[in-house]
Amino acid sequence: MAVTSPSRVSTAAAVSPRGPSRGAKLRAPGWYRAALFDVIGFAFAFGLTCLIRALMHQHPVVDGRAILPVALIAVPLFFLVGLGVADYWFYWASGRPTRPEDHSQHGAHTWRDYFRVNTDHKVIGTQYVVHSFFFLLVGGLLAMLIRAQLAKPGMQFLTPEQYNGVFSVHASILIFLFVIPVFAGLANFVLPLMIGAPDMAFPRLNALSFWLLPIGGIMMMMSFLAPGGAFAAGWTNYAPLSTTMPPGQLFFALAVQFAGASSIATALNFLVTIITMRAPGMSFFRLPLLVWANFATSLLVVIATPFIAASQFFVLLDTTLHFHFFDAFVGAGRNGNVIMYQHIFWFYSHPAVYIMILPGFGIISEVLAVKARKPIFGYRMMAFSLLAIVVLGFTVWAHHMFVSGMAPWIRIPMMITTAIIAIPTGIKVFSWIATLWRGVLHLDTPMLFALGFLTTFTLGGISGIMLAMIPFDIHVSQTYFIVAHIHYVLYGGSLFTIFAGVYYWFPKMTGRMFDDRLGKWHFWLTFISFNLTFGPMHIIGIQGMPRRVAEYAHQFAAWNLFISLMSFVLGASTLIFLYNIVVSWRGGPRASANPWRALTLEWQVSSPPPIFNFDTVPTVVGGPYEYGVPGAVHGIFKPPAEAKRGAARPVAAGSGPPRRGADGEGDHP
Amino acid sequence: MVAIWVVGIAIGIPLALIIPWFPTKGSLQASNIHTLYDVLLIASVPIFVLVETVVLYSVWNFRMRPGEEEKDGAPIHGNTRLEVAWTVLPTILIVGLCTYAYTVLHGNEKTHPGAMVVNVTERQFGFEFSYPRTGGKQIVSPVLYLPNRRPVVFKLRSLDVIHSFFVPQFSEKLDAVPGITTTLRVTPTRVGTYPAECTELCGAGHGLMRASVQVVPDARFQSWMSTQKLDGAPPVGNPPTQSSQPGIPGATGNNHSTAGPSE
Repeated sequence: MAVTSPSRVSTAAAVSPRGPSRGAKLRAPGWYRAALFDVIGFAFAFGLTCLIRALMHQHPVVDGRAILPVALIAVPLFFLVGLGVADYWFYWASGRPTRPEDHSQHGAHTWRDYFRVNTDHKVIGTQYVVHSFFFLLVGGLLAMLIRAQLAKPGMQFLTPEQYNGVFSVHASILIFLFVIPVFAGLANFVLPLMIGAPDMAFPRLNALSFWLLPIGGIMMMMSFLAPGGAFAAGWTNYAPLSTTMPPGQLFFALAVQFAGASSIATALNFLVTIITMRAPGMSFFRLPLLVWANFATSLLVVIATPFIAASQFFVLLDTTLHFHFFDAFVGAGRNGNVIMYQHIFWFYSHPAVYIMILPGFGIISEVLAVKARKPIFGYRMMAFSLLAIVVLGFTVWAHHMFVSGMAPWIRIPMMITTAIIAIPTGIKVFSWIATLWRGVLHLDTPMLFALGFLTTFTLGGISGIMLAMIPFDIHVSQTYFIVAHIHYVLYGGSLFTIFAGVYYWFPKMTGRMFDDRLGKWHFWLTFISFNLTFGPMHIIGIQGMPRRVAEYAHQFAAWNLFISLMSFVLGASTLIFLYNIVVSWRGGPRASANPWRALTLEWQVSSPPPIFNFDTVPTVVGGPYEYGVPGAVHGIFKPPAEAKRGAARPVAAGSGPPRRGADGEGDHP
Repeated sequence: MVAIWVVGIAIGIPLALIIPWFPTKGSLQASNIHTLYDVLLIASVPIFVLVETVVLYSVWNFRMRPGEEEKDGAPIHGNTRLEVAWTVLPTILIVGLCTYAYTVLHGNEKTHPGAMVVNVTERQFGFEFSYPRTGGKQIVSPVLYLPNRRPVVFKLRSLDVIHSFFVPQFSEKLDAVPGITTTLRVTPTRVGTYPAECTELCGAGHGLMRASVQVVPDARFQSWMSTQKLDGAPPVGNPPTQSSQPGIPGATGNNHSTAGPSE
């Protein structure tokens, strides 16, 4: 395949006065070529499937249901190549001399640069965040449909099949296309800056990671158009329900592969970047906790994500090629194969919930330290507790299966390990509130979301401890108590940290300030309506209302109506956020380099940062949270040799421009 | 601030305990589980009140006043004694709760030699209950009749996908898994009519998949059994019933069609 180097295309464009020829547009990486490759990819899938079916004497040879899974794999891959994620690799693999300083795909000067394959981590981070918030709106809209349906008992405007599809897509979109990627995106932007690096370790892999995501998202949404409707076995997709459903299932099984690949590639990138690209002087115990959190999360991602890929591949094989992995009545085993699905699925999906909260923990540490003007209390234990959660997170998966009919003895160790995870989590919550103590609290929007998080996440954690106790879990499993718990930790937990982080780094990413008054309105409306929406679900859950039901008993009608009304307020509160962000981004007041007077390195460069982040490589000479320590400095823009020399100059209390100073680490009473 | 915490607990714990969280206590298992939940509330309220008290107190007392824009907080990096305390004390609490929960579980799942076996067969989208009798025959019923105060062993089976069997008043639940038989033990303790629900997503009819459980005095149960035809013939005469509880569609246990609007 002829791959035109980008520089040659731009030369051609410069030469022809009427812009690049259509041939050139189709040969250059970009949307035109991606569209062409989509068609080629579909033809490939069509042809390959029909050829194999003809050779194996399967009739009819042309069968849409057989072509569909092949097309769902082939077309996205061709799309990615057409868009240009692999141009450089093909160029290099074909033996041409390498071009080490080729930054042709780097950086953004116009909005168009955000819609192509871009290797700049700041651009990719922005792409991730905007893309993810689009899917927050999709998932949120589906939630509004759910609550509209449940406002009154008795079927309303969705059939049961449609309703089951709506809540399945709701969860899948929000988990795989919002929470997990938005954290990856924020970290993508901030993390290299925080460690003093010019970019991530693998910028082209980073670009591929991003472009895998729209594929997953579009695929999940497209499932609504499949014959038989959207995938409708829940995001948990238990076999054998999932293996006996219409082809909409395939869209979930394959979308998860793309989203999972994106997640794994990003995690690898983070791990290598954090381990090898820290600025001189940045030891592990001088890392900001956001970096620690993403380090821990990346470990979880690379180890756990292959398991959900496996579980969905097995479902795919059962469905399309009539394997018998999870077939209870035919095939090998005949006993307990059904439950095996759950073990494989939850072995990923429990670590997944830590993937969905650990980066948020890192964000909260950043926001609280800066907004309380205090070091994070117990920094080392905060770092160790992250690692403890990573390790323990792999030992608890079967607490999702207490009533599954698995061997009863497994429940006991799972109860114990689940309860033990409360210890490192508790250490974090207690350390955060201790960070507030005797601080100087700046109660702006990021801080409000961080404080709100402390409340709602504690409640979610408490309901989690209750769920660890097997007899109580037996009563509330698969009821609305579970729905309450998961939304307290995912909305009141993860989403609150995401809002805190987006507001906090908004000036750095966009160079503009958001409207803090609107932000406070957003917070209070969200916090109040959130608690009124999900609080009562604890009650109706214990009273016995099952989850995932399009229809419920009349005794739950009053609470459901109340919850639905509150949820509409909650949905509306998101619009305040959207308005604030869009209007501020387009024309808000310009932000200075360091509006929060923070010490971490991302705030020591302009807002937004220069294209390669640092004009001078910084040297790190102290901890990242030394607020209130006179003369403390985190990073300076002098080479390491000079940093060692020179005595401390007298400095005023509070932070100011970077000055030389002693290491601020150590225990101060 | 400690005073605020204590007052908060003094208000919070009674409040939490007074709320009628659970449906009517209908089994021995439910009794134990309701008590376990009360203990969990008593353990949780102090923790939540502690976190809230510190947050609210800090916001009130330590917020930035005008003129303090450039001021930093106290450079406190940690406190070893405090950090040890908040690691050790939760550990003790966790160990205590796990031990207690284990004893509850063990007590709830004790076997009783004279327990009555009831087969529960689930499929999309309904329940069928059968009572094994001598000679390999059985009584089949769409309604689950149970004698009061006699231990029951439910044998759960599924004919297609994973279902579940849950009676909120019994506080007991277990999945019915195709290919295997799962076992659930309950001892009902209160005469009444309760819903049995499927709580594992099983398809379009999941929300309507319910049956009726009627716990009756032992004598009435015996007389009902004696009037039943064996092997699934329709029951003769009127089965003993309590007045059905309002608002439980599906109390007759019949399968509902999954298409179209319901009542």
